[in-house]
Amino acid sequence: MQKIRTISDLEDIRESILQDKDSEKTIIRLCLSTGCRAQKSLKVNEALENEIKKYGLQNKIEIKKTGCHGFCEMGPIMVIEPANIFYCNVKPKYAGDIISETVLNGNVINRLLWKDPLTKELTKTEKDFPVYRKQRKNVFYNSGKIDPTDIDDYIAAGGYSALGKALATMTPPEIVKTVVDSGLRGRGGGGFPTGIKWRICSAAPGDIKYIIANGDEGDPGAFMDRSLMEGDPHAIIEGMIIAAFAIGANQGFIYIRKEYPIAIDHLSIAIKQAEECGLLGNDILGTGFNFTIKIDRGAGAFVCGEETALMISIEGRSGIPRSRPPYPAFEGLWGKPTVINNVETFANIPKIILKGADWYSSIGTSTSKGTKIFSLVGKVRNTGLIEVEMGTTLREIIFDIGGGVRKGKRFKAVQTGGPSGGCIPISRIDMPIDYDSLKDAGAIMGSGGMIVMDETSCMVDVARYFINFLLFESCGKCIPCREGLKQMHHILTNICEGLGEKGDIERLEELAHFMMATSLCGLGGTAPNPVLSTIRYFRDEYDAHIYDKKCSAGVCKNLFEYVIDAELCNGCTICKLKCPEKAISGEKKKPHSINPLLCIKCGICFNLCKREAIRVK
Amino acid sequence: MKVSVIIDGQMVQIEQGAPIIDAAKKAGIFIPTLCYHEALKPYGSCCLCIVEVIQDGQRRLVTSCNFPAAVGMEIFTNTARVRQSRRMIVELLLVRCPDVPLLQTMAKQMGTGLSRFKTREANECILCGLCVRFCEEVVGVGAIGLANRGVDREVATPFKMASDVCIGCGSCTYICPTGCIKMVSDRKTPNLRSLKMGNCSLVPCPNSYQCETCQIEQEFFKDIKRVIAEFRSKGQ
Ligand SMILES: Cc1cc2nc3c(=O)[nH]c(=O)nc-3n(C[C@H](O)[C@H](O)[C@H](O)COP(=O)(O)O)c2cc1C
Ligand code: SF4
Ligand code: SF4
Ligand code: FES
Repeated sequence: MQKIRTISDLEDIRESILQDKDSEKTIIRLCLSTGCRAQKSLKVNEALENEIKKYGLQNKIEIKKTGCHGFCEMGPIMVIEPANIFYCNVKPKYAGDIISETVLNGNVINRLLWKDPLTKELTKTEKDFPVYRKQRKNVFYNSGKIDPTDIDDYIAAGGYSALGKALATMTPPEIVKTVVDSGLRGRGGGGFPTGIKWRICSAAPGDIKYIIANGDEGDPGAFMDRSLMEGDPHAIIEGMIIAAFAIGANQGFIYIRKEYPIAIDHLSIAIKQAEECGLLGNDILGTGFNFTIKIDRGAGAFVCGEETALMISIEGRSGIPRSRPPYPAFEGLWGKPTVINNVETFANIPKIILKGADWYSSIGTSTSKGTKIFSLVGKVRNTGLIEVEMGTTLREIIFDIGGGVRKGKRFKAVQTGGPSGGCIPISRIDMPIDYDSLKDAGAIMGSGGMIVMDETSCMVDVARYFINFLLFESCGKCIPCREGLKQMHHILTNICEGLGEKGDIERLEELAHFMMATSLCGLGGTAPNPVLSTIRYFRDEYDAHIYDKKCSAGVCKNLFEYVIDAELCNGCTICKLKCPEKAISGEKKKPHSINPLLCIKCGICFNLCKREAIRVK
Repeated sequence: MKVSVIIDGQMVQIEQGAPIIDAAKKAGIFIPTLCYHEALKPYGSCCLCIVEVIQDGQRRLVTSCNFPAAVGMEIFTNTARVRQSRRMIVELLLVRCPDVPLLQTMAKQMGTGLSRFKTREANECILCGLCVRFCEEVVGVGAIGLANRGVDREVATPFKMASDVCIGCGSCTYICPTGCIKMVSDRKTPNLRSLKMGNCSLVPCPNSYQCETCQIEQEFFKDIKRVIAEFRSKGQ
């Protein structure tokens, strides 16, 4: 790799990389991110390479090992260019067909195409993939397209031109002003205006300042930050360099949890390449500006994602939050002014610098600008990472992009914002989502997790589940969070076990408001959300649990019974055969019945019965 | 630089950035605390010292032992919200440590004899961290620490093994507000005293408490004695 010494060097190199590209070549973009790797995409890669060798086509076909496309469940995923053919669930054994049929003869292999689970229609090209239709890929644009371990690919895609622009034509205050005007808000959870944070830090007294990228991503089920770090690491680095220049920092850190080895690997490679090209290090692009980045591995505790705990962890002590103020922008890492932003926040920066604040602020709603990546999981048909404009409605996300609820069940709620988010019911599904509307609905944006729940979820149990998670992830330092969560968990468990009593809901509410007002950090401050939002929207379920001792979703084992509807049962005997407790009796072709004294409510019969004759009562 | 703040209607001047509990002391207003101690850096874990603050038009609850005073701040130490929150803290602590007299007294003072939460644990440690911080910051030894996270958090020696750095000064027993750490007589140790606490045993002084002849200990003790004397004279 050549050293890039000046800004015109950068443009020359970009041109020469583009010229060297052979437009005749077939390019197979194969995902080698965590999700697809788990489904053997490395083996697929190997098989493809062997086939290419067999045909002697090394000069005609290139396998581009890309990052995540967002739909890991259907992995391994590949796109064959220039025809843009989109294959999913690719197995190594199909490698031969892919080369001989698709690449050499232009024939599409139908069994590798994506089939709409509802309409059974096949999708041929990536462009036509219906799941992408309502999305707007802005931050997640490069992931799945470029090879994240090759800086040339990033530069060819326009990478580092924002850095060039910032260093050559803008002063630090101008950069800060652009970010302020863009309206970008932090993607790590709090939604604090990024530009304002930078402005405060650049005005804070001190010669030494730091930049930290938060890639801790502790929310269970969320993987947008991981995919971004794996799929487009240079965008994060470019954003960090611009931020460093804007606030006058010379040292940066990226904090990644150690469970993300590929993200650590790709970012390490990216940092090394950027150093070799002179985009990191001393005298960047001949401007006299110095900046280096170090990677720090997180120990994996959820609370270490909290900014003060994270900084203490980088300092080498155990990650326990401390009170703010002082805010990190004044007194952060080693007591020096520090800007800490989420990795997705940083990845937004290059586009804002290149296209301007006006362009960016034209996207989104009045208070939340730009796009947001969400991880859509749970009981939806299409699960995966999606990027949509702020202000997209929940209905569009869950039904148009996510394809609706699985197996024809009814939508009940969507939990947004990670473990300390809230559950939003059907009545609010046409709400355009942004930071403020979510807060108003009793949830939070958080880092962008979305868990869709159907009628088989008990909302009291859901609240109990998240409180249990937070109880063990709380650092235990402050009393409101540690002891408050303990009592909440106790009350919720009682309700779920049928021991709930009058006053429990009020006690929960009182604890919740107390914790929100007095907890030391954001964990305790947001932890009551799952409880308050479920009480707010599903109070009838709480009441049914406490007073009628009934769980209509069939989750809380003490509070329901399975019964067989004699009119629907045709006596197929399958339930009787599979019941581990032999609790079901009945003759062939005659209605069966369940002995409630023997039934352990394992749910096997309930899920087996094709005629849906088994009911929750 | 000095700033003026208004605390419960009184105008008080204190150093900018000093914790607002200092303003309360100056104004002669009592604020209950558990994890705060003058000789130690503020920690902000018990939240008992909360007060209501109006700053830049925002009204919120903050911990007075570490929230920095700033120009134009208005502080209320005894609002209904403050009283309610303090009562909740004591109630929650009483669940954890039902037999600690200090908490029982506090609860009575706040007008909440019994906790409304029915669970009862048999702990004595409220995890205020005073012992840990005193051992580290004042004694300079760091024999005990706060281990684990969440509900499992506890005061312990590293790996819960008998500490070989504890000098047996007994500071932790003095500072512990609940009497959780005790000095006990131990026949196996030369000087018949050793520290016992729920889950950590502290190895006694290797020098058999011959402090008079031990230089290092002498140095330590001078400081510790002064602080402990001060601490006790504050009416503990
Ligand atoms: C318990 C807790 C966990 C957090 N975890 C993360 C995390 O995993 N990643 C993240 O970027 N921010 C996390 N945050 C938010 C950070 O404290 C901080 O606000 C954020 O990194 C700032 O970046 P932003 O302004 O770009 O959002 C967490 C906050 C709390 C209270
Ligand atoms: S709110 Fe919870 S996580 Fe945060 S400091 Fe308090 S105990 Fe620790
Ligand atoms: S042992 Fe005593 S001083 Fe130490 S943390 Fe527990 S209550 Fe506080
Ligand atoms: S005395 Fe202030 S938080 Fe404990």
